[in-house]
Amino acid sequence: MLEIKNLHVKLEEEDKAILRGVDLTVEAGKVHAIMGPNGSGKSTLSYVLSGRDGYEVTEGSATLDGEELLDMEPEERAAIGLFLAFQYPVEIPGVGNMTFLRTAVNAQRKARGEEEVSAGDFLKLIREKAKALKIDADMLKRPVNVGFSGGEKKRNEILQMAMLEPKMCILDETDSGLDVDAMKLVADGVNALRDEGRAFLVITHYQRLLNHIRPDVVHIMSEGRIVQTGGPELALEVEENGYGNILEGAA
Amino acid sequence: MAADPKQQATEERLAALTLPEGGGWLGAARKDALGRLEAVRLPGRRDEYWRYTNPAPLVQAAPALDVPDQVEDPFEGVDALVVTIDGDNIEIPGELPAGLEIGTLADAARADIHWAKELYGHREAAGSRPVSRPLAMLNSAFATNGLVIRATGKVAMPIHVRTGGGTDPILHHLVKVETGASVTVLESGIAGARSNIVTEIDVADDGTFHHIRVDGPTRARHGNTHLFARLGAESTFKSFTLSAHGELTRNEAVVELTGDDAVSHIAGAAFGQGDFHHDDTVFVIHDAENCESRQVYKKVLRDGAVGVFQGKILVKEGAQKTDGYQISQSLLLDDDSVFLAKPELEIYADDVACSHGSTTGAIDETALFYLRSRGVPERAATDLLVLSFLAEALEEIEDETLRANISGRLADWLSRD
Repeated sequence: MLEIKNLHVKLEEEDKAILRGVDLTVEAGKVHAIMGPNGSGKSTLSYVLSGRDGYEVTEGSATLDGEELLDMEPEERAAIGLFLAFQYPVEIPGVGNMTFLRTAVNAQRKARGEEEVSAGDFLKLIREKAKALKIDADMLKRPVNVGFSGGEKKRNEILQMAMLEPKMCILDETDSGLDVDAMKLVADGVNALRDEGRAFLVITHYQRLLNHIRPDVVHIMSEGRIVQTGGPELALEVEENGYGNILEGAA
Repeated sequence: MAADPKQQATEERLAALTLPEGGGWLGAARKDALGRLEAVRLPGRRDEYWRYTNPAPLVQAAPALDVPDQVEDPFEGVDALVVTIDGDNIEIPGELPAGLEIGTLADAARADIHWAKELYGHREAAGSRPVSRPLAMLNSAFATNGLVIRATGKVAMPIHVRTGGGTDPILHHLVKVETGASVTVLESGIAGARSNIVTEIDVADDGTFHHIRVDGPTRARHGNTHLFARLGAESTFKSFTLSAHGELTRNEAVVELTGDDAVSHIAGAAFGQGDFHHDDTVFVIHDAENCESRQVYKKVLRDGAVGVFQGKILVKEGAQKTDGYQISQSLLLDDDSVFLAKPELEIYADDVACSHGSTTGAIDETALFYLRSRGVPERAATDLLVLSFLAEALEEIEDETLRANISGRLADWLSRD
């Protein structure tokens, strides 16, 4: 589904390479995790894939079902099924959560040449999905992420994911700032979306989120490259021994 | 020696105008205003108060624009008493809600004794101290008609003043809210290709006046308005203006809080692009104790548009426990647009809480990326962030239904460009 080949990325404003040849293939139906120490390039990878400004791709490619992502605008990537759950979801005062989501859902449908979803159908759908994430009517009416707790913001990200039904979901440090209960709620939301036609790339610094979202494949990233790939046991090794041993082994 | 350009401009304008007929109290008020105008003359480019806005299109003898655009009704669907002004022709519904009297200025002028006499030109003259407002003086002298509105009780339904027709109308409205009474006035329409509208408002003790004005979304208009208000004890004055486009707008408001515990909130949301110059000039005078005043102004500027805010809070000696707040902000959507702000506080009382601030910023790139990453195209995402920016000013509209109505209108107008 997602195929990244020899991806090299530097900051636009300065001559600093951040990704130095990332190769990664995520198959449909699978959950891949990327772990790594701070500054290893994990978040940059998520931003480059979703199209944030400020980065320059100097080499390589990234395709989603064969379509080159790196040439597309962020909204075009979203419309073909890419989704990034933000580490720090953005507050947008004055714009209702529901208005925002309906605008997004319909913009994507329009881009794909599909019919817009009616107000009534949308309301029914969002109520159902919000309930599973324990998001109440008040949170749906409030401005996007304004006054939300850390846990509420992350649940709101998962709600957006559930409504937009992407095929490739990237979760950037979704566990940061969450207590155990909130993490469980978020993980349940993600697990409910696991499906043969959908893949996940879970970026995390710690292993604990992976207790709740069980990955099929774990990658360790360091200095802009994937240095080791293994099964779920790799995450446990990080948990027990830190990154030191693995990185030494890889070097 | 070359003639003084202000003198010359004033003479040219006056030569093009005819003092409306009729003596009586209105005739006397007109002559008084004309005398005041001749003493100060029409504004020129070098006047400090017109430093950021070139008054020439508002001053010159003939309007530069001659065809008023048709404009849609922004309050469509709002249950209101509609009063239409078409040129000098005013239509007032026969049946009025309880506690409300509405007539025309022309009719009021025919009465020897009329409450309007005590208001017409008086608030305007008071509002010219210490800063003269010659275009309002011109209006008091030459206004061809206007509405005289009096609330004697709590008026259950808003009055919607819909102004159209004419190319260069000069209209002068009077609003008197009696003790304990309340009324809401909605204003819409394009008065003309060029317009000069003065509204004098007197809110007696414990009275409430709400005012919501929507100008837009036509472009070919040169508008100049003045609100002059006096607030009695425990009274409330709330005025909100939405401006969409328009080549030149200068909206002035002068509010004097003369009774203790009075509240004045004035707000404005404006957006425009290219040939758009929008000036809000506000003067709030605290002359009583324990009053609250608040001004919230937001402007969104694109493609070389210009926004101006001049706002002054004057707290007179003895106006203790004044609570004054003022914020003016602009969102510049490109490097060519300009926002000029001149916030001022002048305080002569020692126990007050006054604050003011002014900011200018660009679109938040992180927020823009967030919206686009959800599939919202760049232009629509920008529109959402514009709505987000203007929301704080719209929050000043107390009535939720009216706020939702205006918010919807704004979103619609934004998406059309």
